[in-house]
Amino acid sequence: MSLAEITRVSLAKDLRLEWRSKDAINSMLFFALLVVVIFSFSFDPTAEESRHIAGGLIWVAFLFAAVVALNQTWARELRNQVLDAYRVSPAPANALFISKAVGNFIFVAVLETLMAPLFMVFYNLRSIGPAYELVVVAILATWALVANGTFFAAMSIRTRSREVMLPLILFPISIPALLAMVSATTAILTGEGSARFWVVLLAVYDVVFTTVCLLLFETVLHAE
Amino acid sequence: MRRLFVILALLTFGLLTFALYEGVVAAPTEQTMGEVQRIFYYHVPSAVTAFTLFLINFVVSIIYLARRSPRADALAVSTAEVGVVFCTVVLVTGPLWARPVWGIWWTWDARLTSTLLLWLIYVSYLILRRYSTSGQTPVIAAVLAVFGFLDVPFVYLANRLFRTQHPQPVYFGGPGSGADPRMTFALLMNMAAFFAFAALVCGCAFAWSAPGRTLKKLRPWKLCCCRM
Repeated sequence: MSLAEITRVSLAKDLRLEWRSKDAINSMLFFALLVVVIFSFSFDPTAEESRHIAGGLIWVAFLFAAVVALNQTWARELRNQVLDAYRVSPAPANALFISKAVGNFIFVAVLETLMAPLFMVFYNLRSIGPAYELVVVAILATWALVANGTFFAAMSIRTRSREVMLPLILFPISIPALLAMVSATTAILTGEGSARFWVVLLAVYDVVFTTVCLLLFETVLHAE
Repeated sequence: MRRLFVILALLTFGLLTFALYEGVVAAPTEQTMGEVQRIFYYHVPSAVTAFTLFLINFVVSIIYLARRSPRADALAVSTAEVGVVFCTVVLVTGPLWARPVWGIWWTWDARLTSTLLLWLIYVSYLILRRYSTSGQTPVIAAVLAVFGFLDVPFVYLANRLFRTQHPQPVYFGGPGSGADPRMTFALLMNMAAFFAFAALVCGCAFAWSAPGRTLKKLRPWKLCCCRM
C-alpha cells in the first residue's frame, strides 16, 4: 500500500472511532466552554476593550482544549500494544503521523467552528477587519498547534505522568506561533494594522516544524 | 585527570578573580548610569556563554541523532544544564540593572522575552529528561533539543514587532558605538573567564556522566576519587 493509502485507512479508523465514542470532541467542547465562562469573570466581557483581548482569549482557550484531544491521540494505541504492532509493520512511520495530525486537525477545527459563534455572542464581538482572513489564520494556527502537539504527544507517552508532560514541552515551543495567531486575530478583529506579517510567520512556522516532524517522527516512534 | 582538573580549576579561578578586579575596580565608571553599569561585565558574558552552550547542545543533539554516540548525549546534558544556569544569571542581572536605569524591573521587550522563552524551552528539556521513563531518553531529548533550537528564530522574529527597549548593541552597532578601551578589556576578560568557567563545569558534568570514559578507568580502590 502507498503512503497515501495507509494514511487514509489510519485516518478513517481514527475518525470512525471518534464518531462512535465522541471522547475527544465532547471533552474539548466542554473544556473550552468552561474556559470561556471562567474568563468572563476575570474582566467585563461586553466592554469595548474586550475586542482587544479577545484574540488572546480565543486562542488560549483553543490551545488548552486542544491539549485534551492531543493527550488522547496515542493513549488509545498503547492499549493492546497497537503501537508495537505498528512499529514492526512495514508501513511508513510518517503515514501514522500524518493521519494522527490530520485527525487532530479535524477535531480541533470542529471545536473551533462550534465555539467561534459562542465567543462572538458571549464577548459581543464582530470583525472590523476582513473576516475571511480569520479563516486563513485559523487554518494555519490550528495546524501549528496540532502538528507539533501530535509529535510531542508521541514523545510524552514515554514519560511518567504523561498527561502533565505534554503541555510542559508543547507550550514553550508553541509560544511564537501563539503570539502570531493572537496578534493576527486581534489585528483582524480590531481592524487596526495588517495581519500579513503574522500570517506569513505562521505559514513559515508550519512549514519548518512540519518538515522537522516528518524527518524525526520515525526516530521517536522507534524510541522504546 | 584529577591533576588536570585542579590545574584548570586554579587557572579559571585566577582568571575570574582578575576579571572581577577589571570589571569592578579598573574599568572607568560610566557617565550617565554610574556604578550600576558594571553589571554589564557579568550580564553580557553570561548571555554569550549561555547562547554558545545552547548552540553546542543543538549541534551535539544532531550528532547524537545521527550516530547515537553516548558521549554526544553526555555533552548535550551538561551544556543544557550549565546553559540554563547562565541564562538564569542573565535573567537575574538584567532586572537588577533595569530597575535603577529604566525604573522598572521587567518589560516585555524583544530581547528580554526571547531570552525568557529560551530559558523556558531548555528548562522543559531538562524536565523531559528527568521525567522520561524509557531507556530512550537521549533520543527523545535530542529531538526536543532540535525543536527548541529551531524555535529560536521564530521567538526572536515574533518579538521583533514589539517595541524594543533593550539597549542597542554597544559593539558593532554602527557609528557611535564602541566603548572606552579599559571597558572593552574588562568585558573581554570577563567573557574569557565566563567561558573558561562554563567549560570547566561542563567538562566536570561531562566526565561525570559520560559512559565508558569513567567506567574504563574505574578501579575499586579509586572509587572515592574517580569522579573527575
